[in-house]
Amino acid sequence: MVLAALIVLTVITVLITSVEMGPYNTAAALLIASIKAAVVLLYFMHLKFDQKIYGIMVGIVMAIFAAVIVVTFFDYLYR
Amino acid sequence: MDTITTHHHADAHRDDTAAKIGMWLFIFTEILLFGGLFIVYAVYRFKNPVAFDLAHQELSIPMGLINTIILLVSSATVAVSISAIQKNDKKMTMAMLGITLLLALVFLVNKYFEWGSKFEHGMYPGSDLMTNLSNGDMLFFSLYFFMTGLHGVHIIVGMILLGITLFKVKTGAVNSGKYALLENSGLYWHLVDLIWIFLFPLFYLIH
Repeated sequence: MVLAALIVLTVITVLITSVEMGPYNTAAALLIASIKAAVVLLYFMHLKFDQKIYGIMVGIVMAIFAAVIVVTFFDYLYR
Repeated sequence: MDTITTHHHADAHRDDTAAKIGMWLFIFTEILLFGGLFIVYAVYRFKNPVAFDLAHQELSIPMGLINTIILLVSSATVAVSISAIQKNDKKMTMAMLGITLLLALVFLVNKYFEWGSKFEHGMYPGSDLMTNLSNGDMLFFSLYFFMTGLHGVHIIVGMILLGITLFKVKTGAVNSGKYALLENSGLYWHLVDLIWIFLFPLFYLIH
């Protein structure tokens, strides 16, 4: 079930990026990739069923990574 | 579903929760390693949009798609092997780990042909063709070879880990009451899948 959802999402990404939508191509592909990543983390890596501490740790790391991305792009966009 | 980690410890020196936290900490360093590379990719793409757009057309989408599906399936088989060992189904656990290893091998063979066809056209790091490319093209292909190469190394490490686990399941050292090694190797394998989930659209698809 989870696997089927992941494969369907992959095929959707391929189809959606073959249509010309300008900058939305990148946005759509990254959005779907993030959904797939969340599914892998929650179901395959058991975050959904495990003790809360693992999920909290992953959340903190994701937040740090997101902060680095934001800071980097503020730098390059407004340099 | 119940919590996955076993709470009954066989002896005072075993702590599966701590082992798993340790594995996650290691995975975080991997996420930040590849995360840093993704940021490098994003910045160079932002600075060389046309070159990245043209260069990405050199990559084969079907090849990337097949490898994506292979990794997704292999991730699922690892997840099934963990459920199987919880149900004390040793045969199923070993079968699923075997299939995972086989799929990992198929992934690497695909990668070999993919890189091989690039090499045949004289496209490899340090080649005459590559050093004469424009800045943007060179950045794209350098990042492509480096990131998919580093990911390939992770596939090999994952295969070694899963291979050791498979052997220990066979000997009974990893069993239904003690399977932290299987869980942690599994986590590593899912990480390898996780990274590819982002590599595939960024290098093969986006334009």
